[in-house]
Amino acid sequence: MEDNVVLYIDNHTVVVPVGTTILEAAKEIGIEIPSLCYMNMKDLCITNLPASCRICVVEIEGRKNLAPSCATRCEQGMKVKTSSLRVLNARRIVLELILSDHPTDCLICPKSGKCDLQRLASRFKIQEISFKGEQSQYEVESSPSIIRDMKKCIYCRRCEMMCNDVQTVGALGAVNRGFTSTISPAFRKDLKDSECTYCGQCVAVCPVGALTEVDHTNRLLRDLADPSKTVIVQTAPAVRAALGEEFGFPPGISVTGKMVSALRELGFAKVFDTDFAADLTIMEEGSELLDRLTRFLDGDKDVCLPILTSCCPAWVNFFEHYFSDMLDIPSTARSPQQMFGSIAKNYWAELMNIPRENLIVVSIMPCLAKKYECAREEFADAGGDPDVNYSISTRELANLIKRANIDFNALPEEDFDTPLGESTGAGVIFGASGGVMEAALRTAYELYTGETLKNVDFKEVRGLQGIKKASVNLKGFELKIGIAHGLGNARKLLEDIREGKSEFHAIEIMACPGGCVGGGGQPLHHGNSILLKARSNALYEEDYNKPLRKSHENPYIIKLYEDYLGKPMSEKAHHLLHTHYFNKSE
Amino acid sequence: MSEVKLSQHKIDQIIAICDEHHNKAGELINILHKTQGLLGYLPADVQKVIAKKMKIPVSKVYGVVTFYSFFTMVPKGKYPISICMGTACYVKGAEKVLDELQSQLGIKVGETTPDGLFSLDSLRCVGACGLAPVVMIGEKVYGRLTPERVKDILAEYYLLDAL
Amino acid sequence: MCCGTGCRASQSEQIIANLQEILLQKELQEEVQVVRTGCFGFCEKGPVIKIVPDNTFYTEVKPEDAELIVQEHLIKGRKVDRLLYLNPETQEHEPDSKHITFYKKQYRIALRNCGFINPENIDEYIARDGYLALGKAITEMTPEGVIQEITASGLRGRGGGGFPTGVKWNFTCKVEATQKYVVCNADEGDPGAFMDRSILEGDPHSVLEAMAINGYCTGASKGLIYIRAEYPLAIERLKIAIAQAEEYGLLGEHILGTDFSFDIELRYGAGAFVCGEETALIHSMEGLRGEATLKPPFPSERGYNGFPTNVNNVETYANIPVILLKGADWFQQIGTEKSKGTKVFALAGKVNNVGLIEVPMGTTLREVIFGIGGGIKDGKRFKAVQTGGPSGGCLTDKHLDRPIDYDNLIQAGSMMGSGGMIVMDEDDCMVAMAKFYLDFTVEESCGKCSPCRIGNKRLYEILDRITKGRGTLDDLDNLRNLGSVIKDTALCGLGQTSPNPVLSTLDNFMEEYEAHIIDHKCPAGQCKALLSYVIDPYKCTGCTLCARNCPANAITGERKIPHVIDTKLCIKCGVCMEKCRFGAITVQ
Repeated sequence: MEDNVVLYIDNHTVVVPVGTTILEAAKEIGIEIPSLCYMNMKDLCITNLPASCRICVVEIEGRKNLAPSCATRCEQGMKVKTSSLRVLNARRIVLELILSDHPTDCLICPKSGKCDLQRLASRFKIQEISFKGEQSQYEVESSPSIIRDMKKCIYCRRCEMMCNDVQTVGALGAVNRGFTSTISPAFRKDLKDSECTYCGQCVAVCPVGALTEVDHTNRLLRDLADPSKTVIVQTAPAVRAALGEEFGFPPGISVTGKMVSALRELGFAKVFDTDFAADLTIMEEGSELLDRLTRFLDGDKDVCLPILTSCCPAWVNFFEHYFSDMLDIPSTARSPQQMFGSIAKNYWAELMNIPRENLIVVSIMPCLAKKYECAREEFADAGGDPDVNYSISTRELANLIKRANIDFNALPEEDFDTPLGESTGAGVIFGASGGVMEAALRTAYELYTGETLKNVDFKEVRGLQGIKKASVNLKGFELKIGIAHGLGNARKLLEDIREGKSEFHAIEIMACPGGCVGGGGQPLHHGNSILLKARSNALYEEDYNKPLRKSHENPYIIKLYEDYLGKPMSEKAHHLLHTHYFNKSE
Repeated sequence: MSEVKLSQHKIDQIIAICDEHHNKAGELINILHKTQGLLGYLPADVQKVIAKKMKIPVSKVYGVVTFYSFFTMVPKGKYPISICMGTACYVKGAEKVLDELQSQLGIKVGETTPDGLFSLDSLRCVGACGLAPVVMIGEKVYGRLTPERVKDILAEYYLLDAL
Repeated sequence: MCCGTGCRASQSEQIIANLQEILLQKELQEEVQVVRTGCFGFCEKGPVIKIVPDNTFYTEVKPEDAELIVQEHLIKGRKVDRLLYLNPETQEHEPDSKHITFYKKQYRIALRNCGFINPENIDEYIARDGYLALGKAITEMTPEGVIQEITASGLRGRGGGGFPTGVKWNFTCKVEATQKYVVCNADEGDPGAFMDRSILEGDPHSVLEAMAINGYCTGASKGLIYIRAEYPLAIERLKIAIAQAEEYGLLGEHILGTDFSFDIELRYGAGAFVCGEETALIHSMEGLRGEATLKPPFPSERGYNGFPTNVNNVETYANIPVILLKGADWFQQIGTEKSKGTKVFALAGKVNNVGLIEVPMGTTLREVIFGIGGGIKDGKRFKAVQTGGPSGGCLTDKHLDRPIDYDNLIQAGSMMGSGGMIVMDEDDCMVAMAKFYLDFTVEESCGKCSPCRIGNKRLYEILDRITKGRGTLDDLDNLRNLGSVIKDTALCGLGQTSPNPVLSTLDNFMEEYEAHIIDHKCPAGQCKALLSYVIDPYKCTGCTLCARNCPANAITGERKIPHVIDTKLCIKCGVCMEKCRFGAITVQ
């Protein structure tokens, strides 16, 4: 068997493994064939290959018509032309066609500057569209997290693929046929009336401005300018691992210190860290795990195991929609964002003597579902004041920094404020798939066994594998844990539980590929898994360099329990840090 | 589109159809055919029942229903009118007959008259090219139609309905 | 009695009922059998009755003629002249169907049984050598042997592509898999073609038999027929045929006592032309949206539910049993060098003899249109013939003497397609024709790839502008450029051929496009927006009839004085011209 094929691309002789596509082969020799619909997340085994935009067509000798290079495999002796006149003419016309059914008000599009179609139009120097005609007309539709402007859709089907094949949510699907085809929830309903979990993966892969986030930056600017208000901020772990990308840093560089400076520059009264709340989450969720485990080992038949993490709001939405028969399985612990809000608006506000109504808590999140989570009614006081007023994404923060004329690269490195800015390495790794479970194990092990954990690195739970498994010996008891990222993988574990086949005692689930580092609010990953790996590594590196790496060692967490909460799962903790779930299935 | 409340009996019938096809996703089109045969159309609630029973997203069902022109989400008229727009009929003046039908009924292709009597659809070749242009009302085929005859033919049905 | 859809639409069932009643009255029910057959093909003259053994062919029969036929023909033995086919040239009635020009020039292989047997009775099929080929294949031949025979015959796919059938079978045969499928594509969607339906209605067993043979060759035990839901009669007859074949042990487990088992199920289309494309068809059978996917992988490697699948169309299958019985050499002799055998065409449009015909490959368009088709209706001038449906092109005078085969048609800018053949005369506007087809393609595009989804829409819009007199000369360049890029870049066969009607009319009827654009005139007088109605003041008597009937109040004038049409108000409905008793109104 030959493992390689030799082919000729534009006067180059290329040797590639069997199965390589022309697009990939060309890339290896520095020929960047333009593409639109194509997406390939190799490490996650996710591909979007409808071969439908027809931008990447090339000429193959002996073939009647042009071939889509994204989906055509190299064959022995193939002669390919990637930029003949015929190819360039075809590409230009196809591009003009796509543009002829697309608004041209790029200047005021939220995606301006980050749009693949805009980039292509510029690359092809399109200055006129020869084929004007009817354009698809759809109303702009807004949900708590995501805005859909389907006039701008180019029907690449990436969002549909993410929503169905990867996330198995099935909120978005192709509708109608021919020129009237579009992507929509069933019955052309709004996203907010569908099964959408707001995971934002559709936004993360949309090449154009059809899917974008609800933008709260103007609201934030108004609040910051209001002298009667104290505006504080919390930043999620994954944000620091990706924010730099927006300012020319290579992927995988953590910019924590600069981010903190930038937030101070923007005018936040205090710059706190969601990582602090992540440590708090471990205390509560870890204790809940140990509680259920102890009861289980004592022979309690009613105890629900495995316990599922509940940090991820898209995941919470997912099981409320699809596994509403199992609402007692997830941990009742609120997400770090909401724990932070609750502590800030109660404990910290009291401590600082700030009236609740004057305190604005903003979160910077890698996530779009967090916008929805802030707005959930159960996370507000009796008067309806939310614990976290609103959440803005990593992308919105980057934009805000640019808008405020801050030279990010020149900023000094600064530290978070105390007390709610102090965190351990365990809190940092919450942003990567496997991180929550790793953090929980570090604490659970020590609390359960009373012994010091020698090696805090649980490498088997790291990485991009869809479903990961590990086990830990707790004084002779083999604690089995499972980890899934991407809701499709989560569904598999959940169905096992439903059928009574699950082997696990505890399961971590994050809705987005790679965990929060690949969140819908991050700089768009467009299916680039190298990016996700680099971001995760940045978090693990930061963890490694932290003096404290176990949540229960966080001195401010210890102080919080001593001064205010009592102990984990106390009545007060229950009231402030736990929640309940709703049946959203129809 | 008004929401139609399905009776439990209807729901049971739909579920029975799904079961007949073993709730297999591959059988979706057959299931939709049978259900439309049963109810005359496929309103949203029906699609939801089918999706839930088959454990597939309702957006998938809706995507299939909107892809195929045979499936409809609006009830057809008591006397569904289909005009053949195949080439043979076209060259023999089907367009004029269609114009006349639209103006007589006051509806466009794909619509149903407010009194629920007639619905108007165009179809591809019905294969009666020898009789072009052809219009079908229910199962009955009217061949070699001229715009002038449209009024008389419709009158037959108004009369039939009045009886 | 022909019981194809066309004749049934003209009351053939009523005629049968009347015949049977009268036969009963006359106590002739034992001697005379009324048989419901499939389509005779001569739809123009339907409903048709053929009386055997004397081959009398009665045309345009009405229910009330039943009595006359029984009384005169069956009892007295006198043919009813009035109902016999009238030869338009000799003006004489043809007593024997063999002498009718429409049939004389045909050569029926695929349609061999249509009109001769009762399709609902398997015995009649068997009596005409039915299932003999299947028996021969599975008891005397190896799968490779059968494939070799089919390959040697030169049979090419009749669905449009013209891919060699034997080669296709061999692909599926060679792939190793635990399960394989044989699929019959009966999703005939070409507007103006109905040969597949006629075969299924008239001779369903020929398709079942061929599918079983295909199953034997490729190693498939399951056959699926994907048929349009709009063909209720064909579906009914297929169901009956499958049940009968199962009963006779010709389908099902251990066919004819061999190890070979094969059964057939029906799958229904739901109104999507694109599902005639094999990957779209397969997705549709899987319960999905009928969107085409890229080939490779071909269905022969990965088809229905991921298993190797052989897809052929109805007419292709109908040829198979005959080829096996008569041999590849016999089939080889019919047709042209690269296109063997015959082809069925649905001849329609402005010809005298509309109907379903089958001719050897290599027959010229002239023979078909002017011979079998009997020339153009109402003595008008032949203008063009459109073959291949929405994927084909318009051919003209200069192509009339070309022998019809796959390659010749493609060379001429059209294609065989499934065999639609629409004849057009001087009253048909070729720009409007191209627009008609594009309208169809826009409606039927699955929408997946951008060239087809948006490109065809733009082609349509340009054509629409031209037919409304708003076209520019730049539009002509745009049509050509856009059309060729769509062909070059579209994902599936639908998009790759959809510009053909535009490109071929541009090639052959450029002056007609120019007339629309430069002179704002439609030479065929079909494009409404370009017409203007004029009253000849010398002929107009001022009777006011036109003015009173004008729905737009566009005509003014005093009594007994010539009237005038205000072209700005005129909606071009043509009522005035119809009403005028003096021929004073003309359209320009």
